[in-house]
Amino acid sequence: MGNVINIQPVTRIEGHARIAIHLDDDGNVSDAFLHIMSLRGFEKFIEGRPAEEVPRIVNRICGICPWMHHLASNKAVDGCFGVTPTPTGHKLRELCQIMAHINDKILHFFFLAAPDFVLGPDSDYSVRNVVGIVKEAPELATQVVKMRQLGQMMLERFAGKAIHPIAGVVGGFAKPMTEEERQGLLEDTRTLLDFALFAMDFAKNSVFPKYEDVIASLGTITTGFLGTVDDSGALRLYDGHLRLMKADGTITDFPVDQYDQYLAEHVESWTYGKMPYAKCWDEGFSMDLAAPKGVYRANTLARINVAERLSTPRAQEELEEFREKFGRPAQGTLLYHWARLIELVYACERTIELLEQDDITDKNVRAKAEPKAGRGVGAVEAPRGTLIHDYTTDEDGCIVKANMIVGTTHNIAPMNMSVKEAATSLIRGGVYDEGLLNKVEMAVRAYDP
Amino acid sequence: MGVRVAEEWLHSCSGCEIAILNIGEPLVELLGQIDFVHIPVLMDHKYYGQMGEGEELEIPEADVGIVSGGVANEEHLEVLEAMRKQCKILIALGTCATHGGLPALINSWGMEEGIKNSYATPTTDKCQVPTDVVPKPLDRVYAVDEKVKVDLILPGCPPNPQLIAEVVTALIEGRDPVIPGKSVCDTCPTRREGKGDVSKVRRFVQNADYDPEKPIDEMRCLLEQGFMCMGPVTAAGCARRGAPSCISARVPCRGCFGPVRRDGNQMLDMMNALASNGIDFKSVVDRRSLLRFSGAHGLLRPINKKSGK
Repeated sequence: MGNVINIQPVTRIEGHARIAIHLDDDGNVSDAFLHIMSLRGFEKFIEGRPAEEVPRIVNRICGICPWMHHLASNKAVDGCFGVTPTPTGHKLRELCQIMAHINDKILHFFFLAAPDFVLGPDSDYSVRNVVGIVKEAPELATQVVKMRQLGQMMLERFAGKAIHPIAGVVGGFAKPMTEEERQGLLEDTRTLLDFALFAMDFAKNSVFPKYEDVIASLGTITTGFLGTVDDSGALRLYDGHLRLMKADGTITDFPVDQYDQYLAEHVESWTYGKMPYAKCWDEGFSMDLAAPKGVYRANTLARINVAERLSTPRAQEELEEFREKFGRPAQGTLLYHWARLIELVYACERTIELLEQDDITDKNVRAKAEPKAGRGVGAVEAPRGTLIHDYTTDEDGCIVKANMIVGTTHNIAPMNMSVKEAATSLIRGGVYDEGLLNKVEMAVRAYDP
Repeated sequence: MGVRVAEEWLHSCSGCEIAILNIGEPLVELLGQIDFVHIPVLMDHKYYGQMGEGEELEIPEADVGIVSGGVANEEHLEVLEAMRKQCKILIALGTCATHGGLPALINSWGMEEGIKNSYATPTTDKCQVPTDVVPKPLDRVYAVDEKVKVDLILPGCPPNPQLIAEVVTALIEGRDPVIPGKSVCDTCPTRREGKGDVSKVRRFVQNADYDPEKPIDEMRCLLEQGFMCMGPVTAAGCARRGAPSCISARVPCRGCFGPVRRDGNQMLDMMNALASNGIDFKSVVDRRSLLRFSGAHGLLRPINKKSGK
């Protein structure tokens, strides 16, 4: 066997991964792998813990999307203890979840992904980062830093902590919202909506047109998609039912608590990352680029593909324009960025909608809960994909067994495929350079892992 | 040229890196005074050369090294040793790096058991645990100072962005950073009335008793309300708007800044705190989770096979 190109670590992503591109004797790509290098074992060490404590343990699975784990976990504990959150408790949770989406999208698009587009994929690695953007486009950079900070501080002001939150509790929420808090959040969210609309226009006018070929082809594969929708088929991030869509557009809807009937996880010996696949398609699992089996994708592009519509006006306009251009389902891997900005608009609009509801300041934020034996499955749409927590408790309300399917894992098989596709089409006859290897990484970054 | 900074994350969640970003606008100014030479979350410097041609893991020389996360596999150890070798001053950032943090809860079973369990969940196809290419796990999760010499620790889960900025600014200015040395209770404005009539600890399945329209200093101490609040045995540092951050959300402290004294034991200290308040420590369900943020340094270890349920 020939040579192995080792890209280690994969950078401007969250977590530990390595890309290995295997070349044959002619210098062409024989295979390529995305190796996930770390595993912590949360499912084991929450065993024995009082279930009501778990939402403030599992938030540490991810420091970028701790609210997602916190809230999926709270829902699972609600299920174990058989309690339904009060209407306002429910809304405050969704509000925080949606606000967390706003920050996440600004972070990912501008801090992690944008250097490839603003400075160019071939620019020197020492400047191809957010510090480089600060130097190249100081006004934009300052604005971006301000807006992300505004979003983080909104959460922190209202809920105590933005990173590793604590305010979601079994039965609802730990504190009600005062009128003063509501007015402050509304004002800030309107600022963020303006920024989101600016970001959308900026990307459509100044970023994407420069990279049309790359966006159309880089790392592009053909798969199904998974997301969450309401009964009318509109996108939901906080709750709803799950929807799997095949590449040909065929749809399967199922309730969250039956996830284990529809999804399974494949394991390869060369990565710690598990690879969820659609068991219900009855075709097994294969990452063959020409004929993948069972592989679907999650995260922004998947969600806007499976949804019939977006429930807020500006985001819906953007979706219509997107569909006009790219069809449904759209398969272009770099379109994840485009979809991410559409979701940013949605998240800002949805936050305003929730804050404008009269009962958002109701004092009754938490239903009474008693520890007991039971099982609960909680899911939310995390920025990186559908997040599922499934717990079983004993009679003391302590965790006996836990299963989690984390957002990013849905895309592990697709990321492997996109890496292989990108490497195969870019590297010929052993010729490659730094910019080209960075383009292979861009195929991973699109998924925001 | 500014102060050269290298940053790495080990057995971590990236919350510490987000906390660095949460410095906010002052960060833009700081970026003018420092040069990042290596920080995987933001920058594309590679371990084995930019074309992957190198044989040995390489991190550039730096004046200041920042490491988040504990040490749980061979790659973490290799990266940490390279950081120590290349950085004049090494900072352990966040409670995982300083005390093991939440992932060290696995030390009650060991890393191997935790990994094995992940591949045996009901939705996972029957399989072997991955061992090709991926780094081999260590026996347990270690704090950074169990493996290399550390010059400065800054705990917190996440650490307080203002304190991160203070440490970096102090290093740029060549002075000692000002870091709080007290307990969470010392920074908590809630109303204490002396010993209460609480004899048992209540689980947090209902909200504390308080008037949401009134400021936090009119709420009674949560420990005196009978909730487990680890304020007495936890290092201060989280307070940002006049109250410890969890208390500001009317939620009890769970100890995420680690022990008040660097080598303290939060479980033993909390037992003492409860006893001195006349509260029966046996009423605490799952006492070992009082070490949920500080289980490294050999504090959490497998008791026996049965404890793993």
